[in-house]
Amino acid sequence: WDYRRALPYLAFFCLFFFKMEFRSCCPGWSACCLPFSSCYFLTLPDKMKIKCRFQKAYRRALDHEEEALSSGSVQEAEAMLDEPQEQAEGSLTVYMISEHSSLLPQDMMSYIGPKRTAVVRGIMHREAFNIIGRRIVQVAQAMSLTEDVLAAALADHLPEDKWSAEKRRPLKSSLGYEITFSLLNPDPKSHDVHWDIEGAVRRYVQPFLNALSAAGNFSVDSQILYYAMLGVNPRFDSASSSYYLDMHNLPHVINPVESRLGSSAASLYPVLNFLLYVPELAHSPLYIQDKDGAPVATNAFHSPRWGGIMVYNVDSKTYNASVLPVRVEVDMVRVMEVFLAQLRLLFGIAQPQVPPKCLLSGPKSEGLMTWELDRLLWARSVENLATATTTLTSLAQLLGKISNIVIKDDVASEVYRAVAAVQKSAGELASGHLASAFVASQEAVTSSERAFFDPSLLHLLYFPDDQKFAIYIPLFLPMAVPILLSLVKIFLETHKSWKKPEKTD
Amino acid sequence: MESQKPAGLLYGTASAPSGAGSLKPANMAVTYCFSRLATALVAVLLLSFGSVAASHVEDQAEQFFRSGHTNNWAVLVCTSRFWFNYRHVANTLSVYRSVKRLGIPDSHIVLMLADDMACNPRNPKPATVFSHKNMELNVYGDDVEVDYRSYEVTVENFLRVLTGRIPPSTPRSKRLLSDDRSNILIYMTGHGGNGFLKFQDSEEITNIELADAFEQMWQKRRYNELLFIIDTCQGASMYERFYSPNIMALASSQVGEDSLSHQPDPAIGVHLMDRYTFYVLEFLEEINPASQTNMNDLFQVCPKSLCVSTPGHRTDLFQRDPKNVLITDFFGSVRKVEITTETINLQQGSEIMESSYKEDQMDEEAMEPLKYAEQLPVAQIIHQKPKLKDWHPPGGFILGLWALIIMVFFKTYGIKHMKFIF
Repeated sequence: WDYRRALPYLAFFCLFFFKMEFRSCCPGWSACCLPFSSCYFLTLPDKMKIKCRFQKAYRRALDHEEEALSSGSVQEAEAMLDEPQEQAEGSLTVYMISEHSSLLPQDMMSYIGPKRTAVVRGIMHREAFNIIGRRIVQVAQAMSLTEDVLAAALADHLPEDKWSAEKRRPLKSSLGYEITFSLLNPDPKSHDVHWDIEGAVRRYVQPFLNALSAAGNFSVDSQILYYAMLGVNPRFDSASSSYYLDMHNLPHVINPVESRLGSSAASLYPVLNFLLYVPELAHSPLYIQDKDGAPVATNAFHSPRWGGIMVYNVDSKTYNASVLPVRVEVDMVRVMEVFLAQLRLLFGIAQPQVPPKCLLSGPKSEGLMTWELDRLLWARSVENLATATTTLTSLAQLLGKISNIVIKDDVASEVYRAVAAVQKSAGELASGHLASAFVASQEAVTSSERAFFDPSLLHLLYFPDDQKFAIYIPLFLPMAVPILLSLVKIFLETHKSWKKPEKTD
Repeated sequence: MESQKPAGLLYGTASAPSGAGSLKPANMAVTYCFSRLATALVAVLLLSFGSVAASHVEDQAEQFFRSGHTNNWAVLVCTSRFWFNYRHVANTLSVYRSVKRLGIPDSHIVLMLADDMACNPRNPKPATVFSHKNMELNVYGDDVEVDYRSYEVTVENFLRVLTGRIPPSTPRSKRLLSDDRSNILIYMTGHGGNGFLKFQDSEEITNIELADAFEQMWQKRRYNELLFIIDTCQGASMYERFYSPNIMALASSQVGEDSLSHQPDPAIGVHLMDRYTFYVLEFLEEINPASQTNMNDLFQVCPKSLCVSTPGHRTDLFQRDPKNVLITDFFGSVRKVEITTETINLQQGSEIMESSYKEDQMDEEAMEPLKYAEQLPVAQIIHQKPKLKDWHPPGGFILGLWALIIMVFFKTYGIKHMKFIF
């Protein structure tokens, strides 16, 4: 059966909503007088406006919190303030301390912590409320959605802006991701390389992926490839008696290796490849030079939407007096530091816009701050909603243009499901439930893609009018001539027989 | 954004000293020299600043004109079958070979060949497909991966590949898994006419269907930029109807013209290549992954004197200027690369590391010797007796056939023969 359902116009002014809770431990502060509006607009290119709303809650700090906030350093305070239950996604807790508190270094006015908490210093000033209000808004914006995060998420659907590498780098939102670690050993005769990848994954990568588990399913695998060469010959630098790879050569390194990685056969999810290359003895040590000619500290580079490569140089001390092949134990900590940083970049965990005079704490041991996950989920939800909406709209346009496509029942039900999921996700975003909004947006994308890419929707029959005439006229015209003539004859006869009785009467 | 000092400032200041020459003659010489010196100094300074600014401008210009793609795909289609269409298979395989040589991996190439020339019984040199007389270049090679072969090359499958509406059981090598940052090269060759291309001698794809398929791809953002090359008779008619953005098209001949083949080979007995693709292959053989040749050079390949037909191209739907589009943007796979400058601080758990290392060692020693699992019960299979099939009476078709034969026999020779049976 065929249906033409008018898709609901999903106006794209969805509200974003998050909760902020103020806990003040400065005497004489009534925080409810802070004059910042609880609603502001983010403006994207193409005049799209998105409304963000805060919900504020205030209270004085409890005793144990006051005690924690009067400790010596922020890290101790953080440890003592550790909440027994995790705060909900999309919420923020802001602690206000007095002007003379020694919790923060003297010149720092605010601090952003790794677990959805922030500390803002109060001041005694005529314009105190305005200044503090501005600071709080800046801190809140750094920890939540900003225009560039949204613009990056919606990059497909906004007019092209070609010169931002940040927008092209992250992976598109998907249900799951596959991460492959490969060790490339081109010279097994000289290096007998061992890496404790399983342990390193268990200790460093798995906690990071567990922290990110709300954003999708992850699967990790690893392999060792022997005799896998880079496609480029490194050049010798006599000044440091080492070999180097110029930045211009780096793009050509990936292709010869990629066909041997075998990663694309594994699953339908997007794959991120992380390669660790141990250069051969003839080309050791090997450094990567950036465009100024200086060796790169991490000795690694990455390619957007593909993965990263790190060159691991064997310590020259291991060669002394030993027989080839030398046993090389890879220092997994150093390697994982680089790979996790690359994973963060490739995943689109953007650097926040830190407000002036603000101290940003480093990420926790997992490598991911909780509010960074919130930003990622927000950006992904927006991206999913935009994708689902455009898919459904183009499906409707397709049906409008080609009138003889038949819509089966299951395609129709997928479309209904997608629309319901989009509405649910927008509603959840407006009420601040980030996790369920993200799940609903993923469902919306899956259903809309299943409906759009259903194999039965292929339209094959283009039948122009002149071809219709050319096919049917030679068949029907000769047939039609005697039929028409006999019809005319019958008509004339009946006409005559009607007339005859009149005449005789 | 850097403020860019326009180069015109240089000219402005250089013309200043001409007004200084109107003073008294004695001072005039001195002041003139002095002002000349000053302006020379200023000019030198501005020149150096200008060159610095110019390099900044160049850097930004490079960034601006660079393509925004991160991966490359190629869909190469040969639509004709039969031995005398050897040249179409050779065309497609030469483009396949160039594309692979310049870096696109097999997993990103969808190769559709409508007939098998290399193992054709009429091929005097089996397992080869030559593109040049005197058999200089075997484009079949050792590592060809054909994704759609022989009767699988149909209009329906081609459109399914392009639009992505593929049944879920299709293997990954037969899918076009491009995304919004993919540059796709689509090459089609075969026999064509005004507005259509013939597939397998039995069906056609029209230019409107192709344009609609590209629009579907654009709606779902399955490509960043698309290069469409077609080598058939009246090939330009196939790109007339495109209306989606970011498509560049090349054809070997205009409407009303025929594309001609290059040269026959007396040993193989057929024409080996079409002229347009032959010259394109010669052009591509000189390109390497690092070359900076742009699309304007590709437009000049095979002028009318060599090709007899007039190659055409269409760039109005393409946003960038063709002279800024590198050949390797479509034919090769040059990745964008960034240096990793940051790391994360991880705490070291060295004791844990040592103990787990010891555990691994012990695990290695304690593992059993490996053996193959029992996969097939070979002994059972060998010694099986053949199964007795039940006997069924002949079915309706056989009965009907025999009844027909008997009736015809008796009709022809007369009913009197019936009495010999009964």
